[in-house]
Amino acid sequence: MRRPFKLPELGDNIEGVEIIAVLVAAGEKVAAGRSLLEVVTDKAVFEIPADEEMIVTEILVRSGDRVGVGESLFIVSPTAADTPPATESAIAVVTTESAPPLPSESAATVPVVEPPTAATGLPKGVLVPAAPSVRREARALGVPIEQVPGTGPQGRISIDDVRQFVKQRNLASPERPGNTQPASPEGPAIPSQVALPDFTRWGKVSREKMGPLRRATAHHLAATWSTLPQVTQFDQADITPLELVRKRLTAHVEKAGGGKLSLTAILLKIVAGALKAFPTFNASLDLRTDELILKQYVHIGVAVDTPEGLIVPVVRDVDHKNITQLAIDLATLTQKARTRKLMPEEMSGGCFTLSNLGTVGGVGFTPIVRHPEVAILGVARSGIEARFAEGAFQPRLMLPLSLSYDHRVVDGADGARFLRWICEVLEEPMRIALEG
Amino acid sequence: MNETKDVVVIGGGPGGYAAAFLAASYGFRTTLVDMRSTPGGVCLHCGCIPSKALLHAAKLLTDAREAMEIGIDFGQPRVEIDKIRLWKERVVSQLTTGLSQQCLRRGVTFIQGQATFLGSNQIAILKPDGQQSELLFDHCILATGSRPTPLPGIPLQSPRVMDSTAALAFEQIPERLLVVGGGVIGLELGSVYATFGSRVTIVEMSPTLLPGADRDLVRVVAKRLEKLTESIRLESKVTALVERADGLLATLENSAGQAEELHFDRVLVAIGRLPNSENLGLEKTRVRLERGLVQVDRAMRTADPAILAIGDVVGGPMLAHKAAHEARIAVEVLAGKKAQFDPRAIPVVAFTDPEVAWAGLTETEAKKQGIPVKAVRFPWGASGRAHTLGQVDGSTKLIVDPETERVLGIGMTGPGAGEMISEGVLALEMGATVRDLAETIHPHPTLSETVMEAAEVFFGHSVHYFTPRQNR
Repeated sequence: MRRPFKLPELGDNIEGVEIIAVLVAAGEKVAAGRSLLEVVTDKAVFEIPADEEMIVTEILVRSGDRVGVGESLFIVSPTAADTPPATESAIAVVTTESAPPLPSESAATVPVVEPPTAATGLPKGVLVPAAPSVRREARALGVPIEQVPGTGPQGRISIDDVRQFVKQRNLASPERPGNTQPASPEGPAIPSQVALPDFTRWGKVSREKMGPLRRATAHHLAATWSTLPQVTQFDQADITPLELVRKRLTAHVEKAGGGKLSLTAILLKIVAGALKAFPTFNASLDLRTDELILKQYVHIGVAVDTPEGLIVPVVRDVDHKNITQLAIDLATLTQKARTRKLMPEEMSGGCFTLSNLGTVGGVGFTPIVRHPEVAILGVARSGIEARFAEGAFQPRLMLPLSLSYDHRVVDGADGARFLRWICEVLEEPMRIALEG
Repeated sequence: MNETKDVVVIGGGPGGYAAAFLAASYGFRTTLVDMRSTPGGVCLHCGCIPSKALLHAAKLLTDAREAMEIGIDFGQPRVEIDKIRLWKERVVSQLTTGLSQQCLRRGVTFIQGQATFLGSNQIAILKPDGQQSELLFDHCILATGSRPTPLPGIPLQSPRVMDSTAALAFEQIPERLLVVGGGVIGLELGSVYATFGSRVTIVEMSPTLLPGADRDLVRVVAKRLEKLTESIRLESKVTALVERADGLLATLENSAGQAEELHFDRVLVAIGRLPNSENLGLEKTRVRLERGLVQVDRAMRTADPAILAIGDVVGGPMLAHKAAHEARIAVEVLAGKKAQFDPRAIPVVAFTDPEVAWAGLTETEAKKQGIPVKAVRFPWGASGRAHTLGQVDGSTKLIVDPETERVLGIGMTGPGAGEMISEGVLALEMGATVRDLAETIHPHPTLSETVMEAAEVFFGHSVHYFTPRQNR
């Protein structure tokens, strides 16, 4: 049986992806797990694997297409011998979005080709009841008409049903800033830009297309920056005793299979404790209902630097894991992020973010809160400083920390208390066991 | 802001000229290239239009003959084939000249010549006078159409073997005509020649005439054709064709393998159509072909970003109205709109006597796909209007989803079926229920009432057709 291979569910709030590259050719036989497509969401670049051994008979998408969850990507057939003859044209209801005007210079496009139409020229099976004008409106709004529940007689879909569906979808998706605009299939609007001067007046320039991940990051950050009032506070922790313990125990963790015992792994544990002690930091703001959504779980995102750009995998249930386990999780996720093997669900659901630039360097920085989270902890490079204690200057290893938070949710004093709490636990590692 | 782009449309048939006119009205600088001296393509020059003209002439003849039954005797009609042909040609030239004038008025540059791709954005045009020119474009809409399929395995080249184009030239009425192919074209032209006096034999490979239509609808026209023609041979084929001094000797073989040799003066081959995708230089582009058909997606885009394709050359039902619809989509896609070829039904009409028309799901197809349907029929014997027209053997049927009561398909046979089918197509596109059709007031007395009455049959309450209530 030929069947359409559809874009699978990819995790919460992911409605669709943009296709970067098609990694198979029509007619190719692929093994289960073989990557078929390279795609990008606003969170990451990743690959869509084959769910079983199959032959890709038709490719329905091309790079640059945006496709929604449940839309057909390929027509595939099993590798078993019972493949029907090719004359039987099985036509899937394909809802490939039509592209904007074709740029004649666009390179390396994979053909979007549908199976030859049957004698009737129509898809098989019963089609949803919606008038041509309604189907046109749905296309314009980027809605697969098959998904719209019809309220008319016998489920007939009206234009109002389509608009209602779009409204519901937007409400269900807090990641979309504004929540009032109809979902644009082209993604969030490009922030308006002041006209650029002609740089060539001053010297030679070259232009380079932003990659999809960079573009997604740019749009997301621009939206956050312009809607979220944030404050950054700084503090320092004396980690001299912690560093001794860390070096001593790192072999122990390595033996358990967790790579090095990193400061990040320890900080994950400490932050989990801080989030328990200060629940407003483990929250999201719902402006429509004027409510604070308090989370009963602790998932923490960790910023990872990859060749493609910043990726933030999320460590689950940090409060229920010991530091060795966290070190193992962290090593696995980091490795996956760098080899593009992270799945979207491994990048979603974070409550708080940790960004450690200590290995790179720097005195301090102001991280940007990742909406809908309310705070982010930045870690800069630790260094030996002279501290005056017990009547003399002593060399101490000091760790600079910065905390950015959504000022609508967190007051300055609470921000200071939160950061101080973290510093104090860093300085007295035993407290991790006491309060973690 | 929007710089003017050059669009070239190759092929001036009902898809191509529609695409060119629409492209011009969307503001593209448009050129239409066709091998003929005027636009119109097969449809106008040697297809839909001339065949309908001849069918009209044939219908007049039939009506005059049948008028005798109601007390009007015109006497023996005198048929002047040459005059009919001239009239048919006048109809064609009026329409095609009209299209030429439309090109001028709309600012579409029409070039007569044969186009060949030099690359994805350039064609060469060989004009009839031997001059060659080249043309650069931003986008091309390929609408090169199709041509009749020749008889496979029979290489005979003879003026006595006609395709539909030759048959429409209407040069003479052969005494004995063999029509190979019992599809729409074969039956339309076969019945024209039969009405004008040819003894016609129809050979069809499948077990029914008009493959694709439901058998109960075909039966009505088959019954009439049986009277009009010499014989209709189903599940049969032509295995040999030899030219003799006095005509053609055809060997016909039925499904049981029995062969029979018969003499004919002419043979009309109407077994299908082949896409015109060769000799276009498509190998210089990224357009992909499969079995000669240009592969496109629902936005009519080929694998080459600069080239779209519509009409017969992309396959599907090779119908003018499908091509014209695709033309609109292709141009809207070029204009940046999110258009898609997404119809709920493509109507098919056989302009036989009587006409057969169907759209959407057929009963046969529903059975094949295992879709549960309820088919309801209203026989025209129960229609007052049909009686006044002396046409009582027509039939209107609806294919209905028993669960949702949605109309999934419609079919009819009888005079005017080709006109009336559109109501059904609208119902299909709107997702109408059978109740919607039953409760739409239809004017009396008309044949269109049969649509409403068929819908009433679904509920078991037809005024003019009593069905014992079994299921409901």
